Amino acid sequence: MTGKNRQNYNKNYIAYVNSFDPPTQHFKNCFRAFLVGGLICCIGQFIRYMLEGVAGLSGDELAGATSIVLIFLGTLLTGLGVYDRIGRNAGAGSIVPITGFANSVASPAIEFKTEGMVYGMAAKMFIVAGPIIVFGVLAGTAVGLIYLLL
Amino acid sequence: MFEQYIEIFLGFLKAFAVGGLICMIAQIVINFTDLTAGKILVMFMLLGVAFQGLGLYQYLVDFAGAGATVPISGFGYLLANGAIKGAEMGWFGAFTGALSAASAGISAAVIFSYIMALIFKSRTKKN
Repeated sequence: MTGKNRQNYNKNYIAYVNSFDPPTQHFKNCFRAFLVGGLICCIGQFIRYMLEGVAGLSGDELAGATSIVLIFLGTLLTGLGVYDRIGRNAGAGSIVPITGFANSVASPAIEFKTEGMVYGMAAKMFIVAGPIIVFGVLAGTAVGLIYLLL
Repeated sequence: MFEQYIEIFLGFLKAFAVGGLICMIAQIVINFTDLTAGKILVMFMLLGVAFQGLGLYQYLVDFAGAGATVPISGFGYLLANGAIKGAEMGWFGAFTGALSAASAGISAAVIFSYIMALIFKSRTKKN
């Protein structure tokens, strides 16, 4: 088998393998992402009301404290192994909220602890969060400079 | 008194709807493009920066509260908002504003992740 014949053979084989893949269930995936993402935001809103009513915070302080509590919950659930279980079913519903950001920091930190504290835990901590901070600082400062010049 | 409860209930409903919608849009993007989680996070964060740069994300935050600030686009909103507020103070503020606003989130993520890494051991992933 050479040339074109071989290409056809590969193509047929890939199509054959793909026929065993379960089809992506778009509606089910999206519904789950909506449900889990919405619930996490509701927990955030609950924390917001609590901090506003009980601790009497407001404005930037309230927003900051809410994300700190959510990030704490995200890292704790990651450590307990619960967050990965949620993520397997929820997809983007568990990635996009700030708890997903916390999970992306805590998960490699826990996993690479065995490779040492400096090059393992500390370096691998930012394997996903690093790009977010890099592009966030670049884009944020760009916005700031544009407003400065306008 | 009764109206206050309705307002709180509406706050939850708005947060659920807007937060859920943002996550659903992300899921639709994942379904059709096979982007990894990291790229999705960067993309939505940049969208948050862009919308707040145009001054639009503030309306969503005022409407939905945690529904708009909890998704990662809210992190981008914080960065852009801090930079804009800093720019009113001068060039130094424009330079430091973005990270200053986001420092609560980044510090919390680093500190709590460090603590959790000390406490927990990595588990074998059962997929």
